[in-house]
Amino acid sequence: MAKQIPLVDYLVLGDQPHLVAHQCTSCGARFFDRRNACASCGLTDFAMVDIPTDGEVRAFTIVAFAAPGIPVPYVAAMVDCGGTSVRANLINVPADPDHLSLGMSVRLATEVIGTDDEGTEAIGFGFEPKEA
Amino acid sequence: MASDDLWVLGISMTKFGKHPDKDMVDLASEAVLGALADGGVTMADMGVVAAGSLMAASAGIGQQLQKQLGQTGVPVYNVANACATGATALRVAMMAIKAGEADMGLAFGVEKLAGAGLLTGGSRKDDSGTFTPSGRYGAVAPIDGRIGTEIMPGVFAQIGMEYGHRYGGTSFELFARISEKNHMHSTLNPLAAYSKKMTLEEIMGDFMVAYPNTRPMCSANCDGAAAAVVISGAKLRTLSLEQQRRAVKVAASVLTTDPWEESCQILPDVNTLTRNAATTAYEQAGIGPSDLDLVELHDCFATAELVHYDNLMLCEPGGAVDFFESGATWRDGAMPVNVSGGLESKGHPIGATGIANVWEVATHLRGEAGPRQIEGARVGMTHVIGLGSACGVHILEKSAA
Repeated sequence: MAKQIPLVDYLVLGDQPHLVAHQCTSCGARFFDRRNACASCGLTDFAMVDIPTDGEVRAFTIVAFAAPGIPVPYVAAMVDCGGTSVRANLINVPADPDHLSLGMSVRLATEVIGTDDEGTEAIGFGFEPKEA
Repeated sequence: MASDDLWVLGISMTKFGKHPDKDMVDLASEAVLGALADGGVTMADMGVVAAGSLMAASAGIGQQLQKQLGQTGVPVYNVANACATGATALRVAMMAIKAGEADMGLAFGVEKLAGAGLLTGGSRKDDSGTFTPSGRYGAVAPIDGRIGTEIMPGVFAQIGMEYGHRYGGTSFELFARISEKNHMHSTLNPLAAYSKKMTLEEIMGDFMVAYPNTRPMCSANCDGAAAAVVISGAKLRTLSLEQQRRAVKVAASVLTTDPWEESCQILPDVNTLTRNAATTAYEQAGIGPSDLDLVELHDCFATAELVHYDNLMLCEPGGAVDFFESGATWRDGAMPVNVSGGLESKGHPIGATGIANVWEVATHLRGEAGPRQIEGARVGMTHVIGLGSACGVHILEKSAA
């Protein structure tokens, strides 16, 4: 199997791929990026927490026009994963309003997004509809 | 008029649209000379200059303007604050007056964006080399389009969709009908970039940018400038009765940023900072939403206009869809919104927008809006929001003089 690397450092690969966040130990605010301090309370201590892989779509758009080199259409969304909001694409679903709905139940899924010159695969993530 | 009141003495805007023969200094000069003439004053009267331009603030657009219109030696503040740039420039001039450093000041905003296309979102080349994590997300490749979207039509589409998820009642057609209203309004505005009526079918059938926003439902990139002369109440009292009569009172001037909310770093929260700005503005002015005769709000996309009905408290919480459906926001409705045509049709030369909307309201309060005059207008509100985020709200009142 090819060597793999996550597209972003907050995606954990392995048997059960999932996202992780920096959680402020003081106020509980969660962040996916590298932090200097907490934007909510200003303190600087964080712990890593796992984010649930099941979620509900709170907003989506179907992007049909994008910068050069970005394949369209794609579905961008905000997914509520047990109270933590996550930005992601919706994948494994047609990019068509008839197949998408606000409030739909989704789960995390991964996909290969590219291979570098050394044969390492970059693994991205999205959310796919849960089976009815 | 109280000595510490703030007033707009003179104000002007260029036609928005394509100005291939004019550079930014030409456009800014046209607006500034117009505002000075409107106020009956000159560059020599200005104690401070605030210059707003997203694209040219770092190039010293304020000093460039002085070198054409008058190098008087007064302080210039070049400001950029996303789509709130114009409102920010206006506030800077007002703050200088409130601080007692000047009794009269100039604020202008200018941009050249005709044909600019998407202003955000990165292009992508083939992935090559060795994947190496970099940046705040440790990303090994560009993420725009792979982890959601960075393009504004897509971000604001989701903002409208999220409102629909919370309260229900939204649809592609509903958002398109908001755009239909603004395109209809602009048919009466000779300074709008686009003043052609568009039918609902034309809007829905146009090129889809980011569902549910088609091209005419997006703010129109264009060229334009706007400028205002602001003055203290004490100084205004020394001017002619005609100047006092046409001056427009700044009853509230507020700028906010977005306080932290759970999802605000995932999908920008344009709601909380707008609601905060509106709340403060109503308090400053001592009025409520029902006192407003017209509102110019930041319809950067049709999906945005809907949520700002709620954020500016023009309707009950959660009631924006019913409010629009009632016809209230059409120019003959109870609360006319964007009678200029708004950003979707009048256009959105970013730095100019937050002063041009003040011009629109001031022109109605002066009773000088011609065929699109809202009869008897006495109080109006302007609103802009720039992602990042910054929100500017102004409440303007007709002079009692």
